[in-house]
Amino acid sequence: MCGIVGLLLKNEALRPRLGELMVPMLIGMTERGPDSSGVAAFTTPVDCRFRKLSLYCADATFQWKHLEGLLSEAFEDVTVVIRANHGILTTASPVDGVRRWLQTAFPQVHVLSVGRAIDLYKDVGLPSEVSDRYAFPSLSGTHVVAHTRMATESAVTPANAHPYTAGEDWCLVHNGSLANPGSIRRKLEKVGAKFESDCDTEGACRYLHWRLDGGDTLEEALHHAFEDFDGFFTFLMGTHNKLALVRDPFACKPAVVAETDQYVAISSEFRSLAHLPDIRNANVFEPKPSEVYSWAV
Amino acid sequence: MGGLTTPVLFDLSKQTLRELNKALHGPLVPGTVYRVENPDGAHSIAVGINAPVEVHIEGHAGYYAAGMNMLATVVIYGNAGPGVAENMMSGRVDVTGFASGGAGASAHGGLLVIGGDAGLRCGISLKGGDIVVGGSVGSFSAFMAQAGNLVVCGDAGEGLGDSLYEAVVYVRGTIQSLGADAQVEPMAESDLATVSSLLGAAGISHPASDFKRVASARNLYHWNADANQEY
Repeated sequence: MCGIVGLLLKNEALRPRLGELMVPMLIGMTERGPDSSGVAAFTTPVDCRFRKLSLYCADATFQWKHLEGLLSEAFEDVTVVIRANHGILTTASPVDGVRRWLQTAFPQVHVLSVGRAIDLYKDVGLPSEVSDRYAFPSLSGTHVVAHTRMATESAVTPANAHPYTAGEDWCLVHNGSLANPGSIRRKLEKVGAKFESDCDTEGACRYLHWRLDGGDTLEEALHHAFEDFDGFFTFLMGTHNKLALVRDPFACKPAVVAETDQYVAISSEFRSLAHLPDIRNANVFEPKPSEVYSWAV
Repeated sequence: MGGLTTPVLFDLSKQTLRELNKALHGPLVPGTVYRVENPDGAHSIAVGINAPVEVHIEGHAGYYAAGMNMLATVVIYGNAGPGVAENMMSGRVDVTGFASGGAGASAHGGLLVIGGDAGLRCGISLKGGDIVVGGSVGSFSAFMAQAGNLVVCGDAGEGLGDSLYEAVVYVRGTIQSLGADAQVEPMAESDLATVSSLLGAAGISHPASDFKRVASARNLYHWNADANQEY
């Protein structure tokens, strides 16, 4: 069991309150996922010359300012915004070079996401603890993909927490389990994918990104996933300007959507949507199995 | 519904679900009306009642609302999560909105009325209860249903009535596909009477003659080794 949470704010005036509106949704899914949680917040994209990298270091005493200083000497236009043991690095230098430098100089620092819009935070602990640790209520942006995890098939570690990312500005969270994660992983490793965790969801994330990268539309990519994934899933996915949702053909895992002219909110259960403004007048519906739903900013 | 007695109020934004269910499990005065405000999708609201009382839930309910109901009338003014009225023994449960998966699962008796659509596996393993759905039902509804009736005013998804025993399904709209051993049969006078009676009880108006009857072909009652798992 896990909890999925998504929120896309149509009303620009609400966007500074993205975190404040999302946190009760996340905490509302604590019973479905008390082991770890994570958030991918999508902001207005930075200028196309720049990329943002979400960095994580398990060491609570890690000297982020020292890292920022060294990065500034090595790369162009560097800033690092620190939240506990996560840092959002923005730079005008090519991402591959930054990654290689980090792997060599600071192997304990992991790159959780890359893009112009995505900021990613994930860690073990109750959703309320993780939210406090990284000040989730202060997050702002256009949309968010979040998750609470109850571990079933891999250990409770920060790396096995969701969301997962691949490429740029692409993330996925998962409620369910895949029975053939090994074969998905082997298939993707043959085409060059590098895995960073033991979680079945990472394979789903990388598989869909691989299909999208190859030119599939999201609908086409998910159609292939229906063929290649053996298991149960509700997937919530985020891109720089979209949220997308799909449930497996047997609809084994729940999902509820509430839409108003102000926002689209998605959760595993209505109870984590109940606090949202004007929820009583929202169009509340249950997504149908095998249907791809998406909403653009 | 809507008894003359002053409702007993439970506000779940101020009181716990356990307080509500404990009250509903105590000695109850028949005819008492309970009003539950701010249900906000909580699980297991009004489960396990065993008395002729009324419970009005003013909003959306989460998993297993009104499960195991006996004698009581429970009305959900909103949507219901998975497993509404599961294993109901008697009484009545109304959902004005939609119901998620497994609505009325293994209900032994009573009437479940869903105003909107029902999700997948509606009436799975039905054991004698009746279900009326104002909208459509999802795939695998009435799977292995043993007794009772499922009346669907809209359409039915895939695998309707797979491995049916003696429960009967009535569908007004289209059937995406029938499950193993389920077949469409002619509507007899007794079927028309059953559908009219259940629609009347549910407060839904459609001519009973609009409905198709789906029942077991009874081929699965006896193991046929030559069938090679194909029915």
